[in-house]
Amino acid sequence: MTTKKEDFIIEAGNLTHYYGPQPAIEDVEFKVQRGEILGFLGPNGAGKTTTMRILTGYMPPTRGTVQIDGMDIVKDSLECRKKIGYLPETVPLHTDMTVKNYLTFMGSLRGMSRRSINEQLGNVIEICRLQDYYKTIVGKLSKGYRQRVGIAQAILHEPEILVMDEPTIGIDPIQVVETRRLIQDIGKQQTVVLSSHILPEVSMVCGRVLIINQGQIVAEDTPDNLATRLQATQQILVEISSTNKKIQPVLENIEGVTGVKRQRNTDNTTFEITVADGYDVRDAISKVIIENDCSLLSMQLNSMSLEQIFLKLTTSEGA
Amino acid sequence: MRGLRAIITKEILSFFTSPTGYIVGMIFLLGTGIFFTIDLGNPFPEASLTRFFVGLDFGQTTFGGVTLILILIAPILTMRLISEEQKLGTIELLLTSPVRDWEIIIGKFIASFIFLLFMIGLTLYYPILLFLLADPDPGPIYSGYLGLILYGALTLSIGLLASTLNSNQIVSAVVAMGILLILYFADYASTVVTGFWSTFIQEIGIKSHFDDFHKGIIDSHDVVYFISITFLFVFLSIRILESRRWR
Repeated sequence: MTTKKEDFIIEAGNLTHYYGPQPAIEDVEFKVQRGEILGFLGPNGAGKTTTMRILTGYMPPTRGTVQIDGMDIVKDSLECRKKIGYLPETVPLHTDMTVKNYLTFMGSLRGMSRRSINEQLGNVIEICRLQDYYKTIVGKLSKGYRQRVGIAQAILHEPEILVMDEPTIGIDPIQVVETRRLIQDIGKQQTVVLSSHILPEVSMVCGRVLIINQGQIVAEDTPDNLATRLQATQQILVEISSTNKKIQPVLENIEGVTGVKRQRNTDNTTFEITVADGYDVRDAISKVIIENDCSLLSMQLNSMSLEQIFLKLTTSEGA
Repeated sequence: MRGLRAIITKEILSFFTSPTGYIVGMIFLLGTGIFFTIDLGNPFPEASLTRFFVGLDFGQTTFGGVTLILILIAPILTMRLISEEQKLGTIELLLTSPVRDWEIIIGKFIASFIFLLFMIGLTLYYPILLFLLADPDPGPIYSGYLGLILYGALTLSIGLLASTLNSNQIVSAVVAMGILLILYFADYASTVVTGFWSTFIQEIGIKSHFDDFHKGIIDSHDVVYFISITFLFVFLSIRILESRRWR
């Protein structure tokens, strides 16, 4: 696709799913561009898995629609499913087959010919670094390697869309790094939708983040933008070379400052200044400090980490 | 169709690579062998496979034989088919693959049917021995085997339905055995009541429909019974699998 025009491969509208009287997700709406890596972020039970299961055609939504490349997931389920590779959260594998047999089976299940399976098998084994375990029985592999087999089966048929539910859960840190790199590599050619409750992961891997909480999307942006947007309430750390108490009320009087917390050290003082939306008070602070015969040792703008944003969005009502 | 073929191949392979397949096969041969030996030791050596097919003679009725053994063995063959997928969660990958729900069920049914044919095939050395050592009437043996294949397909379809219903293999096997035993003993129960209900219960039972076959009679109404009940249970299994999506 050379056109810069927006080209959505997944369009989900008003997705609602009930598992009983309580909706697991409610009016979830999002679009995914071709070639994008989209991350679903949310605490456990937020509705990530439900959304993924609907996207992959495992179950139909109670209300709402999903269009995969312009086709409806319920009406043209079979065609849609051909375009998707899926790695469920629990990485279900047939434990009594060898890695090779399992991948061959998954390939033929996806309608691949024997020839194209054999061609792809080598690639996938290499990408997922499974060379040494090619003939091992899946049940004997460690969790990390099973995860790789899971990814291997998901990318075997070169799907246009790769859906991964918590792809790095339960594997050791080194493998987590490898898995993330793998996802980024895959994301260069394919569209990837993944879910996670680990923030650094999403901000590292994804181009765009959807934060989902209690079945609803609470925020949607690039990781950087999310951080900027939520910097609205900032915090400034100021260190001055005096233990003079008088400066605190002066700082509080600056326009835009909503709170000052004082922390006394032996020969200097640190102030934690909270500032309301849209004010830049750094200039005023430094002036005030100098006018009061103190010297400014350091000033630091604390921007919120994605972790804090996440907590803020999912725990407070005023998000 | 590639999906269907993939499922059949995979299932047949797992029958032949798992210990269950061999153990079930062994018990099947042991059990049927015992009844064949009884056939040979018959006080009236008429050189037939009656005991092998329907078991011991109790005057009015018979009990045992391959028809009883199949009731205990078919559920063990089929219990794994869908239950295991549900337990392992592999059903999620199966249902998100571009295969139709009926391809999954039919594929698994065909695979278990092929394994059953293989097991029945192994018993063919009994009639071969019989033909070598004596001079049996071939008609009832041929029709008996035809009946056995139809009968076996029915037991598998009930096992498959039970397996589709839940994710516990043991429960699947027990449920299937329960249904099959009810159908098997319906024949005996029919003698307790009279009139319409007697006929009704007898017509439901699988044993009365098999009885004609080993006597050398191929009655279309028996053939229709086995085929249509098998279809019904396979169809119900497909429906239940489909309904999983809506739960």
